[in-house]
Amino acid sequence: MLGKYSKYSKTLTLFIIMISVFMVISIFLPGKFLTIRNFQSMSSQIPEFGLLSIAVMLAMLTGGIDLSIVATANLSGIVAALILTKFTFSQIGGYEELFTIILAITSALIISLICGFLNGILVAYVGVPAILATLGTMGLFSGIAIIITKGYGIVGFSEKFLLIGSGTIFLIPVPMIIFILCALAAVIILNKTTFGFSVYMLGSNPIAARFSGISNESILIKTYMMSGLFAGLASIIMISRVNSIRPGYGSVYLLQAILVCVLGGVDPSGGAGSIFGLIMGIITLQVLQSGFNILSFSPFSKKVIWGLILILVMIINFYSAKLSQKSIKRLKTN
Amino acid sequence: MVEKLEKLLAVKDISKSYVGVQALDRVSLSINRGEIHCLVGENGSGKSTLIKIISGVVKPDEGEIIINGKRFQSLHAIDSISEGIQVIYQDLSLFPNLSIAENISLNQMIERKKRFISWKEIKNIAEREFSNISKELDLDEKVENISIANKQLVAICRALTQDAQLIIMDEPTTAITKREIDCLFSVILDLKKRGISTLFVSHKLSEVLQISNKVTVIRDGKLVGVYNTEGLDHNTLSFYMSGKKIVDSVLDYREKEGQKEPLLEVKNLSKKGNFQDINFKVCSGEIVGITGILGSGRTEIALSLFGLNRPDSGEIYIDGKLAKIKSPQDAIELGLSYLPEDRLNQGLFIKQSIGNNIVVTILQRLLNRFKLFDNSKKYEAAKEWIEELNVITPSLETAAQALSGGNQQRVVIAKWLATDPKVFILNGPTVGIDVASKSNIHNIIKGLANKGMGVIIISDEIPEIIWNCNRIIVIREGRIVKKLNTNEVTEDKLLDILARKSN
Repeated sequence: MLGKYSKYSKTLTLFIIMISVFMVISIFLPGKFLTIRNFQSMSSQIPEFGLLSIAVMLAMLTGGIDLSIVATANLSGIVAALILTKFTFSQIGGYEELFTIILAITSALIISLICGFLNGILVAYVGVPAILATLGTMGLFSGIAIIITKGYGIVGFSEKFLLIGSGTIFLIPVPMIIFILCALAAVIILNKTTFGFSVYMLGSNPIAARFSGISNESILIKTYMMSGLFAGLASIIMISRVNSIRPGYGSVYLLQAILVCVLGGVDPSGGAGSIFGLIMGIITLQVLQSGFNILSFSPFSKKVIWGLILILVMIINFYSAKLSQKSIKRLKTN
Repeated sequence: MVEKLEKLLAVKDISKSYVGVQALDRVSLSINRGEIHCLVGENGSGKSTLIKIISGVVKPDEGEIIINGKRFQSLHAIDSISEGIQVIYQDLSLFPNLSIAENISLNQMIERKKRFISWKEIKNIAEREFSNISKELDLDEKVENISIANKQLVAICRALTQDAQLIIMDEPTTAITKREIDCLFSVILDLKKRGISTLFVSHKLSEVLQISNKVTVIRDGKLVGVYNTEGLDHNTLSFYMSGKKIVDSVLDYREKEGQKEPLLEVKNLSKKGNFQDINFKVCSGEIVGITGILGSGRTEIALSLFGLNRPDSGEIYIDGKLAKIKSPQDAIELGLSYLPEDRLNQGLFIKQSIGNNIVVTILQRLLNRFKLFDNSKKYEAAKEWIEELNVITPSLETAAQALSGGNQQRVVIAKWLATDPKVFILNGPTVGIDVASKSNIHNIIKGLANKGMGVIIISDEIPEIIWNCNRIIVIREGRIVKKLNTNEVTEDKLLDILARKSN
């Protein structure tokens, strides 16, 4: 009874927050927010940081965090960009071009998996706290990215590759379709597989998980690899949308992704959170973001606001957790 | 100078409720000078709330507190300390990295509000107090290196440095040997001679009957009564505590004819610093009790069987076949289950639903043909066990933390029974569980053995071992010192074997 109630009430709160932010912005920015152009631009941004948010969420569910997602995305994006620009095509639109694109995407994803594997090893076997392990690898991955590119950006990819970031299918942007498919995959993995179940159990109590025959190490490594993979997918969309990549691109996404997770009801100490909540968090943040853009806030003041919101949400969560603890005490006749 | 009153502490009609729950309902307690008073009650009866009120940590909703004849409207922790009330909690609250002398003197040094520390004085204070207790201990030894019993003495000394009039001890005998308990009791009797009172909180009734002058029994937050220890016996006290007459039945085990292989056989299992040369067998239908004090190696042996503590040498046979157990997964695969001693940290996922807690060990069986979770299978499996073991819960979705201790333990048992084990190892199966639930859990365990499961109960509660097991293995300092059949021992004899020092 209690479990159900609190689950629903959390989702409901999120929904109310999302709708009210939407309404406030619509009312205060008449004629600017509710435009097709604005919605198009919003839907082009959601997939990138939505995928990165899923990446953070996965790590958070195990009670860890992945700070290296943007660095991972950068590194895999750069590898893809190098492959895409290294080959020149004798005839545009031939098989070679398609082959190059597939090669670039596969390599990027493999790199992202390797990055995630490294994080997983550090967290699972070396026993480094996730926040330190991924802070370290964040520095490592972005350092490698700078060394490879010598700090310059890589620009100009083939037309076909750009379709991933800017094409549409039945008026829906391709990135959005990719995001929806990925989110669905994440829902199935988390709710319908033994792996997903184990992630939640491990996140709520790693010791009990070990005593219950869950292999914590293997679950952690798989989780961080998945987290890396989602960052890699984000990188493909990212480089294709802006037709370039340079080291450090998208670093604002890190704070935003963590913010979205916490806003979306993922418990930073692990074991609770849903993709559904996360998506409501993503929409809320995106609506705010676009409102700030219309009001032409500087990137710096936006950063301040994101930080403030993150702290505020955590304070609210702290007190609501305290309240629900009390209600549990009430249930228990103690 | 005011003449010292006979009555040291009196709390009258204390009530306290936490968000709707009546933790204490008009409870009274009074302690005379130099009295050894026991506070008895089951878990959740309100014992700890009462202690917290006396020590000023928690404020009562109603009632009055009179200490040394002074009436306190609202008692703060600092008032309680300055009136000479000292609480020694179960964890003792010592600093393991500091020396004995520093631990004893620390509070007094802080109280004096000096900026600099005189090492000489620290030594002096400690020596003065420790000489009273009479113990040959090196005061410069770090507290982390001494035994739990000695740590308790340090905590008592620390309390005495602050002019304690009343020392409250919360379950002090859980982790120490019989001999050490005797030593602790002689210290308590010594304090009594010096006019210092002790409030002894315990659920081990034999100890209560041995040491106390008076017993206050509370149940469900209400006062049952205050009794003189003379004229009380074990059964009456147990009845006052639980309000129920509990009839325990002995395990009915008969060796079956033609049973060739034991389910589990351990040969020469050793691990340096943990245990040495452990040999035993468990057959189908048996309940083997492993007993020994905390730190004797009883838990380490169980962890080794379950793949969480790799032994240096020795073999484990399951169904007569040599078993390689490197992880809990291997152990489960081979038909072993392990109920850990620390229910809240090792056994349960307290934030997760009861359903999830039960099915966590049998995930593979809940998949449909697409290798995806079948929610109806999960629901069926969890529901079946909830009903089988009579877990009282509003729903399967309820978080495990909302259940009482007995129900929580039944959930952990359910989780393991779901794997259909051959051998079930239960470490402290009824720690912190009320008397009624306890006997229910014992009956569940006996039922399992009757159906042919091999069971190992690890416990330091002698009655639990005697009433439930057909064979008993006594462990001391990592070695098996005695193997017995239950029908050839009594509680007293077993206690004696436990207490004896190895030569």
